[in-house]
Amino acid sequence: MRWLKPAAFTVSLLPLAWLAWQASYGSLGANPVEFINRYLGDWALRFLLIALAVTPVRRWSGWNRLARLRRMMGLFAFFYVFLHLASYVGLDLFFDWAALWKDVLKRNYITLGMVAVLLLTPLAVTSTDGMIRRLGGARWRRLHQLVYVAGILAVAHFWLMVKADIREPLAYALILAVLLGWRLWGFAGRRLRA
Amino acid sequence: MLIRPAADIRPSEITDHAVYLDRRRFLAVGAALGTVLAAGKGMAATSDDAPTPFEAVTTYNNYYEFGTAKEDPAVTAPGRLKVSPWSVTVDGECGRPGTIGLEDLIKPVTQEDRLYRLRCVEGWSMVIPWQGVPLAAVLKRFEPNSKAKYVEFTTLADKAQMPGIRVAVLDWPYVEGLRLDEAMHPLTLLATGLYGQALLPQNGAPLRLVVPWKYGFKSIKSIVRIRFSETQPLNSWQKANRREYGFYSNVNPEVDHPRWSQASERRIGEFRRRKTLMFNGYADQVAGLYAGMDLRADY
Repeated sequence: MRWLKPAAFTVSLLPLAWLAWQASYGSLGANPVEFINRYLGDWALRFLLIALAVTPVRRWSGWNRLARLRRMMGLFAFFYVFLHLASYVGLDLFFDWAALWKDVLKRNYITLGMVAVLLLTPLAVTSTDGMIRRLGGARWRRLHQLVYVAGILAVAHFWLMVKADIREPLAYALILAVLLGWRLWGFAGRRLRA
Repeated sequence: MLIRPAADIRPSEITDHAVYLDRRRFLAVGAALGTVLAAGKGMAATSDDAPTPFEAVTTYNNYYEFGTAKEDPAVTAPGRLKVSPWSVTVDGECGRPGTIGLEDLIKPVTQEDRLYRLRCVEGWSMVIPWQGVPLAAVLKRFEPNSKAKYVEFTTLADKAQMPGIRVAVLDWPYVEGLRLDEAMHPLTLLATGLYGQALLPQNGAPLRLVVPWKYGFKSIKSIVRIRFSETQPLNSWQKANRREYGFYSNVNPEVDHPRWSQASERRIGEFRRRKTLMFNGYADQVAGLYAGMDLRADY
């Protein structure tokens, strides 16, 4: 199974490659800035959910090698989150920091998105083996439970942004509910047995 | 008294269809032409307002009856929306109600070219060369009576032609409204074409409203009914979310949408955002309609 990690890495880069390909042909539609920002946001949310799905899917399928992909998926989620944020600040606002600050304070969905980024940053920073050792397993795990909060904030960020058609954010919310519900179920079960 | 609309954007700047067909060159030539015109005649305001390419105008649309993604209507509306024959029912507070074919509705009035800015409530804008007739000239023939204070417009709502209707994103049919004096304002246009050809289905064929100083959703598409009423119509977006969308919906950079700023906009085809103008730049002509009103309360 030496191919698993390189294959996952390559596949995870495909959304970005597709975007670059489309951009090079100028085929991002009439509003490319909006397209790029939405597209990167979609993939940030998808990778966040993929990262959150690694453990449940591993348990359900019994395919334990999947565990090796958990860190990579989490880091790809952060990678697309970063690109999404960069496209908003750099392309949409063109580094208008005053406008950015006003947005963060006034717009609920932007506030939530920013908080999600802030929560995910320490997780990306502490993703190395060295940091896990330094923090100790228990503390590291507790810190990384922040990803559950970030997931909820990310879905809320999307939900509060749409004008009327909530079908897409609803789909993401349902997937997230299953992934978090499964963990809650396991947690409650352990509590009851203890 | 004949009130002529001030020529904010001159019709002569509109590119004709033949040039449109050669649009790659048209883009370059158009930009150059706009600059020359502006420089030559000292019309600083118009140099900013080069027409948005036909391609963008006809592929980036909000027309939820054909899907909620911007690119949906251009894919799903053509071939599905049957624009001929088309008739419009005019009723309510007027002396001569009735159902009238599109030809008979439009033909008696002289067609005009209007190059208008269109500002969407979502924060993007276009400049579109429309063809159509002043709404006032059409409405007068139906002899609105003294009780007629408002005009309500309704879009076609046909499941068979409009795939988006199966989803209750809005309460169909789509409804919009204007105060009678807004409807009678010389800038208000009943459009039948753009870029010198008949409206495409995704742009609201065969007949749509264009109210350039209001957010785009006021400019209702594919109109099948016009009703004069004594009471203020409940327009679809207000019905969907009263806190975020009002009846007036005048373009106003100082009154934000609750979830985003309206201070700036992205003109389609441009990279940097530009400042949004009061009444979308038509304040000289329409501000008087709202004298004494609190535009924060009547958003």
